[in-house]
Amino acid sequence: MDVEREISAIKAQLEERPGAKKKLSMIVFSGDLDKQIAALVIATGAAAMGMEVILFYTFWGTSALRDPKKRVRGKDLVSRMFGFMLPKGWNRLKLSQMEMAGAGSAMIKGLMKKKNVASLDELYAAAGAMGVKIFVCEMSMDLMGIRREELVDYPGLESVGVATFLSHAGESSIQLFL
Amino acid sequence: MADHDAIKTLDYQGLKCPMPIVKTSMEVPKIQVGQVVEVLSTDPGALNDFPAWAKTTGNEIVETRQEGTLIRIFVRRKK
Repeated sequence: MDVEREISAIKAQLEERPGAKKKLSMIVFSGDLDKQIAALVIATGAAAMGMEVILFYTFWGTSALRDPKKRVRGKDLVSRMFGFMLPKGWNRLKLSQMEMAGAGSAMIKGLMKKKNVASLDELYAAAGAMGVKIFVCEMSMDLMGIRREELVDYPGLESVGVATFLSHAGESSIQLFL
Repeated sequence: MADHDAIKTLDYQGLKCPMPIVKTSMEVPKIQVGQVVEVLSTDPGALNDFPAWAKTTGNEIVETRQEGTLIRIFVRRKK
């Protein structure tokens, strides 16, 4: 007599099983220009496919989210040095190969414009518009002396820990590391 | 029917992956279920990407036409 209830309980279990959701969780570890482009193409593409998309920025990836227009005061010496050495935002990233002291990334950006490939500015704007969620690793930010106030204004951007990523990754059908 | 009664044309000529499907996925929810839009693309990847997109999102590719480098894809919103 409780068959219906049992069926709905089984259905609920099926929906909650790992990997059941149309969801993509990606760790964005790299601060290389080429890998950032790949990450954002996959993220916006997945969102277009109707998937929920979670990006978790850690280590070198976090500097991609720095806003070149924002300045933060009161950092200690090491943090200031890190801040000086790390790229200020996604438009200052370098290629992982063939960088040739800046010529490589300049050339790729020129080619992207010429061939009408979306820039990181456009890709991040599309990601934001489609609800791609960005989490930033709190520990990485702390380690590198990057403050929340110097990150870009991206809708819903949050700084979190690894447990948040793992709980999202656990229910995702696709998990990637870039 | 020549144009499948497409209610509008989305001109994405020149755009590269992933922008044709990114923009299409933002436009399709604006039309009514059952209506058709025509997408213009010059990205050869669109020939495979649009059917994959439609399959995953539950929409329908009514017809794909190639006219030289121009690809015309008719998309019906199914849900």
